[in-house]
Amino acid sequence: METVPQLQRKLGILDDQFTQLQELQDENNPDFVVEVVTLFFQDTERLLNELARTLDQQTIDFNRLDAHVHQLKGSSSSVGAQRVQTVCVLFRNYSEERNIEECLKCLQQLKQEFYFVKNKLETLFKLEKQILEAGGTIPVQ
Amino acid sequence: MESCNCIEPQWPADELLMKYQYISDFFIALAYFSIPLELIYFVKKSAVFPYRWVLVQFGAFIVLCGATHLINLWTFNMHSRTVAIVMTTAKVLTAAVSCATALMLVHITPDLLSVKTRELFLKNKAAQLDREMGLIRTQEETGRHVRMLTHEIRSTLDRHTILKTTLVELGRTLALEECALWMPTQTGLELQLSYTLHQQNPVGYTVPIQLPVISQVFTSNHAVKISPNCHVARLRPLAGKYMPGEVVAVRVPLLHLLNFQINDWPELSTKRYALMVLMLPSDSARQWHVHELELVEVVADQVAVALSHAAILEESMRARDLLVVQNIALDRARREAETAIHARNDFLAVMNHEMRTPMHAIVALSSLLQETELTLEQRLMVETILKSSNLLATLINDVLDLSRLEDGSLQLQLGTFNLHALFKEVLNLIKPIASVKKLRIALNLAPDLPEYAVGDEKRLMQTLLNIVGNAVKFTKEGNISITAFVAKSESLRDYRAPEFFPVPSDNHFYLRVQVKDTGSGIKPQDIPKLFTKFAQNQSIATRNFNGSGLGLAICKRFVNLMEGHIWIESEGLGKGSTAIFIVKLGIPESSNESKLSFMPKISGPQANFTGLKVLVMDDNGVSRSVTKGLLVHLGCDVMTVGSSEDCLRVLSHEHKVVFMDVGMPGIDGYEVAVLIHQKFTRRHERPLIVALTGNTDKVTKENCMRVGMDGVILKPVSLEKMRSVLLGLLEHRVFFEAV
Repeated sequence: METVPQLQRKLGILDDQFTQLQELQDENNPDFVVEVVTLFFQDTERLLNELARTLDQQTIDFNRLDAHVHQLKGSSSSVGAQRVQTVCVLFRNYSEERNIEECLKCLQQLKQEFYFVKNKLETLFKLEKQILEAGGTIPVQ
Repeated sequence: MESCNCIEPQWPADELLMKYQYISDFFIALAYFSIPLELIYFVKKSAVFPYRWVLVQFGAFIVLCGATHLINLWTFNMHSRTVAIVMTTAKVLTAAVSCATALMLVHITPDLLSVKTRELFLKNKAAQLDREMGLIRTQEETGRHVRMLTHEIRSTLDRHTILKTTLVELGRTLALEECALWMPTQTGLELQLSYTLHQQNPVGYTVPIQLPVISQVFTSNHAVKISPNCHVARLRPLAGKYMPGEVVAVRVPLLHLLNFQINDWPELSTKRYALMVLMLPSDSARQWHVHELELVEVVADQVAVALSHAAILEESMRARDLLVVQNIALDRARREAETAIHARNDFLAVMNHEMRTPMHAIVALSSLLQETELTLEQRLMVETILKSSNLLATLINDVLDLSRLEDGSLQLQLGTFNLHALFKEVLNLIKPIASVKKLRIALNLAPDLPEYAVGDEKRLMQTLLNIVGNAVKFTKEGNISITAFVAKSESLRDYRAPEFFPVPSDNHFYLRVQVKDTGSGIKPQDIPKLFTKFAQNQSIATRNFNGSGLGLAICKRFVNLMEGHIWIESEGLGKGSTAIFIVKLGIPESSNESKLSFMPKISGPQANFTGLKVLVMDDNGVSRSVTKGLLVHLGCDVMTVGSSEDCLRVLSHEHKVVFMDVGMPGIDGYEVAVLIHQKFTRRHERPLIVALTGNTDKVTKENCMRVGMDGVILKPVSLEKMRSVLLGLLEHRVFFEAV
């Protein structure tokens, strides 16, 4: 299991924004990160479904597509999911170009990236919870 | 006696004597009368005769004498008294004139004599001038010959032509029978007959150079007469029956380029001479005249000069040819090098893309593979694949970076950044690894270290991370300390870096960072190798060795780009090491746009913002909660809304700041701002409106300013940025982030 810095540096999954989130967590706000990230997961799943539906239509509403991707881009950048954000940027470009094939590919990639980061973060949170329950302290990042 | 007036002669008339007297007187008179006539005739003929009146006087004197003698003729016989009176008158007159003439002659004769002396003097002078004229003419002749000869000799730069022409012209001018030139051989011990006037192909006839006659000629710079029988002069079979013509020899100095030193003239001892032998025609009984000898000497000198010119020309032609050849070779080499560089760049560009694509696939798919169900063995294998591919990816990046660095095509991306934050970030990144190894890390920032600096943040961080990473890597236990301070000029110069000349200036400062660890240390002799690419230190046993050997080389390049210097000190194995680098960073200027420089350093908790009521408007739930989290952490009282209607509904004069996301499609953040302005007409009641946007273009910013927003900040917003934004807003009521 990689540490957050490794996730950041080596794999580029998370960027500095995540660190910022972690900094915001303190005694007054002990579960800040978990809350925000969970919100992110929910939001993204919803958006991904929306995207899949939009792309499934006979005539694709690219504006709507763009709006959704924009949303997703915003969320992912707020959380620091760098790879997701990057794919969103690509997605938007293809959407502007009206390139359906590439858009579908991007959607696939989005799913991949999202599930990847989701998996990693969920594991991270699980471990942290275990450590806390065992009475230890998580080293301050 | 009868009283006749006759005068009796004095003596009796002796017949014969009388006769003779009579005849003599007659002739005397005749002569006396004809002399003046002759004189007058000749004087009239001559152009110059200054003393005419002398002539008159003289004439009168002679005429009167003649008259006297004429009249004397009558006195031989009985003559009348009138005759006697006439006679007497004539005599008296004659006496008077002759006395006068005598007196006058006293004056005139010295004059006449001096005329004569002057005439003699002038004649002598004329003779002398004639002689001199002859001399001058001869000299002029000689000069003309020399000029003509020189012209002929110097009209060519070809060695052989020069020499041949010399001989030909000399032969012609002086009407020589034979003329020969002896050149010294390579060894310098012999003279070889090189050119002759009449023989077309001289046999390689040599004479040793040590002959006395030759030495005699060589030691004098004049033309020397030599015996016709000596070796050098015996060129032709004796044709005449009589004496062979006189022979003269003269030395011709041969000057080489080497002889010309800058500071002194060629030494006599190193001179080489050629010998020129000139023979007058035999049986001509001609002799060498002085002017001919002079001519020969002058010609010999001219020949020497012409020969040296020819030699110099040859040299320079040869040098030029050599240079042309070299030039062609260099040009070719340059073209080849350029082609090589182009090829390499193309290769790199292609490999950049081509290598990264499969790498990406490998990394992505391996990590996905990790998610699937795997046996332990398989998991281990996949993890190794992932680790190795990560290594490879890093290596590819490093190599490409390094080649761009070496190319000089890498340029620093300068910007203003928070120096303190950079150090903290590095610390945060390294802390996990360090704590795993149970190493203590300490960061000391000097109090006078500026908070903000201008430089390439990314690369500085990369360098710092690399150094600190190395420190952590090679330390098994103990602690690592990072110290950063502003280097003053005395400490800037280091004896280990003699070529590093830091020049402090007003808007730059030198940041000195020291990373000290208690690790395995480095042998002093290995230290120079550290910064060379790919040279790994084999003697260090590493457990987590995870590098390609390029890291330090890249750091060095970056540090050099930042006009700095980097080096490592270590006392030896096991004694730890210290990495030190100095880089030049700029001091950010204060501008109206970025209020960054006005920010005082905040280290403690954010006491200023406690209770500050703010409103956050963002339709993206995640962004909303993140922004809220930021502001809550800073102590604000945050309310969030998801739409513009809600925003306008909730907003009150209690809210000091409104943060609105203007990237929301469908909802015009700008319109909301306008509406807010309408709602709160009085300035002190109106909350400050700040736009949050991900767009970095100027248009967005201009639009925000146009609708009356008080601030624009770019997403993503870090904690520090939010803090500085709030400070700026509260202090200046405006905050526009530099785009």
